[in-house]
Parts: sequence; structure tokens; C-alpha cells
Amino acid sequence: MNDIFARRRQKLLAMKAFRDRQTHPDALGEACPHCGASSSRKALSAALYVCPRCGHHFPIGAYYRLSILLDPGSFRELGNRSAVFDPLQFPGYRKKLETAQRMTGLSEAVVIATGSIDGHKAVLGVLDNRFLMGSMSAEVGERVTTAIETAARQKLPLILFSASGGARMQEGILSLMQMAKTSAALARLDEKGGLYISVLTDPTTGGVTASFASLGDIILAEPGALIGFAGPRVIQQTIGQSLPEGFQRAEFQMEHGFVDAIVPRDRLRATLAQLLELHSKGGRI
Amino acid sequence: MSEPLSPSERVAVARNPGRPNIPDFISALFTDFFEQRGDRLCGEDAGILGGIARFHGRPVTVLGTRKGKTLEENLACNFGMPSPEGYRKALRLMRQAEKFRRPVLTFIDTPGAYPGLEAEARGQGEAIARNLLEMSRLTVPVVAIVTGEGNSGGALALGVADRVLMLENAVYSILSPEGFASILWKDAGRSAEACGLMKLTAPDLKRLGVIDEIVPEPAGGAHLAPEIAFAQLDQALVRCLTQLSKPSGAALTAARYQKFRQMGTVPIPGKEEP
Repeated sequence: MNDIFARRRQKLLAMKAFRDRQTHPDALGEACPHCGASSSRKALSAALYVCPRCGHHFPIGAYYRLSILLDPGSFRELGNRSAVFDPLQFPGYRKKLETAQRMTGLSEAVVIATGSIDGHKAVLGVLDNRFLMGSMSAEVGERVTTAIETAARQKLPLILFSASGGARMQEGILSLMQMAKTSAALARLDEKGGLYISVLTDPTTGGVTASFASLGDIILAEPGALIGFAGPRVIQQTIGQSLPEGFQRAEFQMEHGFVDAIVPRDRLRATLAQLLELHSKGGRI
Repeated sequence: MSEPLSPSERVAVARNPGRPNIPDFISALFTDFFEQRGDRLCGEDAGILGGIARFHGRPVTVLGTRKGKTLEENLACNFGMPSPEGYRKALRLMRQAEKFRRPVLTFIDTPGAYPGLEAEARGQGEAIARNLLEMSRLTVPVVAIVTGEGNSGGALALGVADRVLMLENAVYSILSPEGFASILWKDAGRSAEACGLMKLTAPDLKRLGVIDEIVPEPAGGAHLAPEIAFAQLDQALVRCLTQLSKPSGAALTAARYQKFRQMGTVPIPGKEEP
């Protein structure tokens, strides 16, 4: 019986992951935006959307990411209601949301779920850059907070993947308040001794960087990911000169003490499994 | 009271160089102020002013963003745009307040956190995030007052409080109206239009449940008769601290969590008007 459900869940995730790969604009093109090398779609897919020549990590969809991380059949989505929330009655926002929902098949810019990695159960949240640049709406904040609270309640490790352009402008101050909400929820998880692993992917900026993305017990990053509070253009305007090569990239952030390790996509599942294993009980002394 | 100002007029009043700023508030409302400097990690940021003082005789920790009034001061304070050192100093002072059971009062008036090269290299995002997390669990009363403009995460980093007050003509928003217009419409010139849409005035924010109380200002703005604004703020702070002095530390943090937890809670689909 359990088996049947697990198989169904696996099939569902595979379908959603397939759609992710079809609708991701970047990963469809054959030329790598970084080195220009062209690879067949099949080769890219086999390499988990990492350029075989230069190692550039293409952004990937949330369901696809979960499908390459989780043990087969372990995926269970938490809360995925399709609400359209327009607190400021912002002109054109509803239409924009509905279009994003139609184009991506996502209901918002984050997917939250439970699942297991190499047998270790965890709560996961994955931001998806295709949905209005992964910006933090009230619903994104609500789902991330739900993931954090679920981890605290069920005493499970929490893994959040960030990919965000920052705040959702059209929700104004209520978008800003999600930074306080998610950070406060992490304070409670912390007090309960819960493990939180934050994985920064390209790009992680703005309000997401200035809240949950930067608060992991362990912070990992994908190679080359842009990670910062202010975006490069804003900084450039402020200081009036061009930015040094590699500024705000994952490697820069690790050098400056804000990232524990840079993990290529094909090593991510093994690294997360190792970390979850290191936080389980064991040993004789 | 006079005719209320339009949102863009309020932005202008909130930024008026003559508007009372944190040194003015400290000298008007507090006694025995002792300034504390440095983040104990690597630096000192004059863009945040903080220290210990007495409020109606009670020791408190008071801190906030500082813009400066003369050009020389503006430059020293980076026009009120703090660096990570400033936020980390603020956190150090708040933790110390908790140790000595002093309430924390924060004054917010900033164009935003500084978007510079060094600020990024030293972890502007991490510094703000850490403040949000730690402020949410301080076991002493925390009151924040938005006195001028409160923009972006740089303002919120001092704003996770039990009570958030706003002077009547202050504004509080996700970003400056110019930045907002430039992101959404690629045209910073449409900032007046942005002001109208952003819901950044005190009455709007009170309706949205983001702030708790509006502190009245004299007609035309606090810069015209600062002593009136000081007296109003003094009363409001006395009221807040009296209320917040009763609950235990655990009760304070639980209530503070709930306060921010419910912000922007999405209504159940179908119940909302299209």
C-alpha cells in the first residue's frame, strides 16, 4: 500500500520536474551564457544543467531540483494553494501573477515539501527564479515560515534553497515584513536545536539575502552564484565605477567568510546526505 | 490639526533637513546619555548612534540611524546609510541591554543600508539578517520609532519591536520611491506616482497592521515646532514602556513573534474580492 503511494508521488514529482525543464528559458537554449559553448539538450540534461565545458550552473526549476535530490517516492508537497494576494491593490499585479502561474505551472515562487535524502528525512523549501524572479511575496514568506515551523514541530532538519531577485515590489511593505517573519521563525527553530542548511543558488540577492538565506547553521553555495544584498547595478551607480571581476560571486563570499563550502550540483545530494548524517546520533563516546 | 499632506508631500517633509534627528530626540527626551561606539569586530560606523541613557529616570538603551545635519556630518554618517559595522554595533548594544534588563528604543530615519563595495564585502545582508533574528528574541521591551524615512531592510534591521511607532509625516517602505520607480518602470522620475501606490504613510501602515501607533506632529511638520513633536513622542513612549514593563521576557518574545508572524498572512482563496 505504502509502495503504491510512494510510486504515485514519484511519478507526480517526475512530471512536475519534466515541466520545469521544458519551461526554463535559460536551460532550453543550446549555448552557454557564460562560455558560449553549445551542447545538446540531452547532454545538458545528463549533466544536471551544468555546462559540460565551463561548469556554468544554469538556473533550474524547483521541482526539477527536488527530483534530483530526493529519494524516489519520498516527496510530499506542503501547502501549494493557488492564492492571488494583492494587498496594495497594485495596478496590473493580479494579471502579472496569473501570467507567471500560467507560464511556470507554479502557484508561487517557492515550493515547500518534506522528503528524504539518502534516508534522512528533512523539510525543504526551494525558491524558483522563473516565477517573478523568485521575489519574496507575502505568500513566499508564509510558505517559508510554514517550512521552518514544520521543521521545528516535527524535529526535522530544514534545507532552504534560495534564488531570488529580492523583494516583491508590488506587495510593498508587506514583502519587507516577510524578512522579519522568516528570521523570527528561524530564531525559534534555533532555540529548539534544529538544524538549518541554507543553499545559495544563482542569484540570491536583496531581502532574501538579508533574511533567511544568510542565517543557516551551514551555508552552501553553487559555483559562480551571484550572492549579495544590493545588486551589482545599484552598487555600480552608487560608487560610480565598475565592479571587480568575481565580485559577489559564491567564491568571493566564501573568501569573505559568508559561505562554508561551494558545492557543484552533482555533489550536492551527497554533501547534504553527509551533513544530515553528521547531525544524527551515533558513536560510543 | 491641519489638512493631511499627500504621500509625496510627506516624503518631502520626512526628508526635510531641518527635521529633528536622533541627537535632537536624545537631548529632548533623555538624560545622562552615554554614547557607545564600535562593533567589537572591526569598526565603528557613525551612521548609527547609540548608547545608554535615562528615560524618565529609567535606564534604557537608545540607538538609531544618524544622517547628520551639516555636510561634514552627512559625510561622516554616510547620509544615514549604515554599513554592516553599524548594524553589528546596534546588535551589540541590544544584547547588552538584554543583559542589564534595559528596554531598547530605536530611532529609524534612513535612505536604506549602504549599497557599497566594502559594505557588501563585509556582509551587509548577513548583518541585517542577524539583527532581524536576534531582535525577534530579545527578552526586554523593544520600541521602534520611525521618525523620518524608513527604507528597506536597512530600516527593518532596527524595527523588529514590540511596538512600532511612526511620526505622523514619517514614511516607511520597502525601498525609496525613486528606487521603487526605477525597478518597476525603469524611470526614477516617476517617484511621485510611486509614492501614491506604495502605501508608505503612517495612516496606510496602521491600516495594514505594520505599525501600532501614530505620533501627531505640529501642522506642516515636526521641523516647524519640534517641541510639540517631542512632547507627543514622550507621552507615547511612556505609555508603551508602561504597558511593556508588565509581561515576562518570554511573554514579550511570544507576543512579538505573533505580531510579525501574522503580517501579510494570505487570506483563504475565494474569500477575497476579485
